[in-house]
Amino acid sequence: MRYAGIDIGSRTIELVVIDEAGQIVGSRQADSGFNPMVRAKEMTRELTYDSIMATGYGRNLFEISFDAPTVTEIKAHAVGARVLFPGGTTVLDIGGQDSKAISVLGNGRVKKFEMNDRCAAGTGKFMEIMARSLGFEIDTFGDEALQFKNELTISSMCTVFAESEVTSLIAQGCSPQDIAMALHKSVIGRVVQMLKRVLGDGDIVFTGGVALNRCMQQLLADKLDRKVLVPDDPQLVGALGAAFLARDAG
Amino acid sequence: MKSAIMNNLQQISEQNLVDIEQARENGQTAVGFYCLYSPMEIAVAGGAIPLPLCGTRNDPVAAAEETLPRNLCPLIKSSYGFAVSDTCAYFRASDIIIGDTTCDGKKKMFELLSRQKTTHVLQLPQNQDAELSMSLWRSELERFKKIIEDATKVAIDDTRLRSAISLMNRERQARKTLMDVNKAIPAPLKGTQMLEVLFKVGFLADKKMGISFMEEVTAKAREGAFLPDTSAPGKAKRILLTGVPVGLGSDKVVKIIEQLGADVVAFENCSGYKQAFTVDESKPPMEALAEQYLATPCSVMSPNLGRFALLAEMIRDFHVDGVIDLTWQACHTYNVEAFLVDEFVQESSGLPTLHLETDYAESDSEQLRVRIEAYLEML
Repeated sequence: MRYAGIDIGSRTIELVVIDEAGQIVGSRQADSGFNPMVRAKEMTRELTYDSIMATGYGRNLFEISFDAPTVTEIKAHAVGARVLFPGGTTVLDIGGQDSKAISVLGNGRVKKFEMNDRCAAGTGKFMEIMARSLGFEIDTFGDEALQFKNELTISSMCTVFAESEVTSLIAQGCSPQDIAMALHKSVIGRVVQMLKRVLGDGDIVFTGGVALNRCMQQLLADKLDRKVLVPDDPQLVGALGAAFLARDAG
Repeated sequence: MKSAIMNNLQQISEQNLVDIEQARENGQTAVGFYCLYSPMEIAVAGGAIPLPLCGTRNDPVAAAEETLPRNLCPLIKSSYGFAVSDTCAYFRASDIIIGDTTCDGKKKMFELLSRQKTTHVLQLPQNQDAELSMSLWRSELERFKKIIEDATKVAIDDTRLRSAISLMNRERQARKTLMDVNKAIPAPLKGTQMLEVLFKVGFLADKKMGISFMEEVTAKAREGAFLPDTSAPGKAKRILLTGVPVGLGSDKVVKIIEQLGADVVAFENCSGYKQAFTVDESKPPMEALAEQYLATPCSVMSPNLGRFALLAEMIRDFHVDGVIDLTWQACHTYNVEAFLVDEFVQESSGLPTLHLETDYAESDSEQLRVRIEAYLEML
């Protein structure tokens, strides 16, 4: 038997298929685009599986279109992170349009969670807009920030105000790398506040697209003085968790 | 059966407005209230009709925001918006308004509201300490009594007060008995149905009619008249909703919880179980009123220990699986107290809580749905 998990997020869709032993036997990733259900359908045709579970903000639409069970991204991330890192006790997921901190019990159940989904601040979307305003690619944004020389502070967390703060720092002659570092630090400051509300002892598992950013990984570990574990493919964690839940559902 | 009862309530509610107008034409006074702290008994003792005016709909919020800041509690904005846009029949019917200095937002809103209608604001103490606060509260209630006497031209003596207390005790007892129906598993009434009954009955000028209606719903509910035919008995998670008041129009969280397959079996708020008290009929009436009303466990009190005792009692008696703590945006007192509620509930019952901060608008329904769904998965 093969079990699939699909995570339909605001920016990307991930599909993971596992076998009975829990080994990943296939995965796909694509941009959500303007019609995520059409995209999801295309992706599910490319892989074979016996049952599927959906998560992410598009899960309810998927449930209607595909008659599949669903799970919230909170639970899916908790399960997925626990599968990859059995010692992790707290999950930080920074996705395209929200960020969440989840405290996980030993049995993989969610103990407590906090979410920011009210504004773009501290999300992948924020990072994208800021990288663009500094002329960086999102993939190398973190590496550029790590090249910083001078400490700067960005105080606005609102995307719109932060962008104008960036513009005025550029006008003052600050280097893009220094500004990039300041932006990373401001996001981490915000994320850590949320994380501290649920933080237990033990390692932190960092998931979602923003976890690929090396500067974010480093700042997080420094700020919390904890080990930060990043999966090889942090964007797949939600889909992986859903696949395991599909398997457990039988 | 279910729809017949609810249709009957709708008819009673419509007739109620006509009756209030008729009563006012016959010289009866209507007094508008905004908060549970002001004893309605005093108005009833003066022969006046008490009307609850606390705003629960989003429609008038835009009108309120022409004057009030956007970053203010939606309950205050809704209440004010109804008044300035003249869209609430009960506000229009009120001859005078009684407010109290519960929170900062409300007391400043009342200053503006007084431009629409004569508004008297009772100075509510900020704690329930007998020595510090009781003498102030007693004298405020005496002032309140005088205000009603002036408005109704009725001298309010102890006999009148006693009979008003007795009537209102009967009404609250009927409310409590109705709410207690949901201690049963499965809960005989859906949270939304309970809310609708309690909300609409609150406006009825004829208190006795309200009491008998609640008694009828209680009896029918016990017979299982409101249970859905296709229910999986006892399977739904039983949720206690605590925090700010909810009414028709501000019940989106209750609806989402039900859509996700759980039951809201109890309301620890001032639209629900905080009204389930009894004023001591053996004490001198003004003293009894002052003591009982000041004891209302709202987060405006500091400390607010009564809320934790009530929570513990309700979590036990209603066989609760989870506690959802609702805060209206910019309600600082409930928002800060959420930390203590979470800590208390976890330590005393081992249950996790979910704290939600939102307003009356529907724009964040999907975000709320994810949080509530994830919380229900945890239970």
